[in-house]
Amino acid sequence: MAEKILMKGNEALAEAAIQAGCLRFFGYPITPQTELAAYMAKRMPKIGGTYLQAESEISAINMVQGAAAAGVRAMTSSSSPGISLKTEGISYMCGADLPALIINVQRGGPGLGGIQPSQSDYWQATKAPGHGDLHILVFAPSSVQEMADLVGHAFDTADKYRMPAMILADGMLGQMMEPVELKSGDNAAKQDKPWAACGHENKREHNIVNSLYLQANELEAKIKERFERYKIIEDNETMCDEYMMEDAEYVVVAYGASSRIARAAVREARRNGIKAGLIRPITLWPFPKKDIAAAAKNAKAFLCVEMSMGQMVDDVRLAIECSRPVSFFGHTGGIIPDPAEVLAEIEKLSGGAK
Amino acid sequence: MKDMNALIAGFGGQGSLFMGKVIAYAGLIDGKEVSWLPSYGPEMRGGTANCSVCISDEPVCSPLVNSPNLLIAMNLPSFDKFIGAVVSGGTVIVDSTLVEKKSDRTDIDAYYIPATALAEENGLKGLANIVLIGKMLAVSGFSTIETLEKALGKVVPPKKQHLIAKNIDAIKLGMKA
Repeated sequence: MAEKILMKGNEALAEAAIQAGCLRFFGYPITPQTELAAYMAKRMPKIGGTYLQAESEISAINMVQGAAAAGVRAMTSSSSPGISLKTEGISYMCGADLPALIINVQRGGPGLGGIQPSQSDYWQATKAPGHGDLHILVFAPSSVQEMADLVGHAFDTADKYRMPAMILADGMLGQMMEPVELKSGDNAAKQDKPWAACGHENKREHNIVNSLYLQANELEAKIKERFERYKIIEDNETMCDEYMMEDAEYVVVAYGASSRIARAAVREARRNGIKAGLIRPITLWPFPKKDIAAAAKNAKAFLCVEMSMGQMVDDVRLAIECSRPVSFFGHTGGIIPDPAEVLAEIEKLSGGAK
Repeated sequence: MKDMNALIAGFGGQGSLFMGKVIAYAGLIDGKEVSWLPSYGPEMRGGTANCSVCISDEPVCSPLVNSPNLLIAMNLPSFDKFIGAVVSGGTVIVDSTLVEKKSDRTDIDAYYIPATALAEENGLKGLANIVLIGKMLAVSGFSTIETLEKALGKVVPPKKQHLIAKNIDAIKLGMKA
């Protein structure tokens, strides 16, 4: 077992990517993710990889697209306003079936917003990370260790299904230090990518990587094939974590940083005799609908806790087919909720402390 | 020891973030759950730098400390801003060389030590922050001096490891202060 060291979430994401065999990083600085790019700038040249600071986020994502098309493990990272700039490239990569990793260390929006932690890009990440009929894989870690662990998994899953993956973190997770144990690079997958446009030496037909299909029939068929894949992903790749859910009557649903706050509140509610529990989606797309639907059997009410105005609430309502009330508590604009506030909401739902 | 939720605050350059890292590493070496969260927002533009450090037997849920049970205040703005947030029964350690004020709260344990002056008088200029860690160790018993020495070994960059002995002197000075 490797020794645990203290690392910032941003640095852990970077080192984990290197351990997972990422060789190309293209980025552009933005608070609160800059440590990630800075770490890559230091490390990449030493391992024979590439760190390149592009002239803009749009350039960076298109460089990722190029590297991915050549079959290389490539990534970019940014924070909310920068991710908006990358959405065109993300859509193109979806349309060309290209795997890559995009990291969003969220800050408050809209616009330039603020630089403090936020989860207000949930809709963007899970509903429309670019134009067109598409999905990307979205992973939401809640600790520095999980940030490190999900990087390799995100790369592998992106390769497996040939699509972009996003790690949706936030300024709190990016800036905080926690003990982390990094896995060595032995398991960095060497995926066979017969589709890659990486030089054919006249030994095979050349590969074309493209997202333009002018024949409507052809484009529809392509998209339908992709949605077949999305269905397989929804059936097989959903991840979530449960805490004190065995007999939970009041179910909190929260992900990432706010799930940590919610967990403290649930623990306190249990001490006060309230049957509270927590479901923590780890994949936001695919969304853990079945696990949330299963929780509705014992549940009297659901509560979403987010650092936004409640962007996940409708997904929970759909998962349980509106069979129970779903309320919301959160802060936005860069304010991290306090466990006591969440506890008060749980107590309100349950009709007061028991 | 019960959970420690510490807030360490001062001007940028006084070493409050470094102190936090040493304290967090000590917790890690002692086998505890720990977290360290720096302020990086607009408050930094005002010249203050602070960090939250949690040490617990259970996984740390909220790394952001709004209500510290341990406050280290290294300048007046930090003292004024956070003294009211300390939980009842909490501990406050103040560098009285730089903060002349005293709190009128009677429900907290407050220690006023001239850390900056002490460090300078003892040939340890620039190590007032480590003197404060020594005081914190003496009043809270959150770790041991042996653990802190190991923690310093982790946090001090390789090229500056020869300075660890002076840091240990600073801790001892703070423990007696």
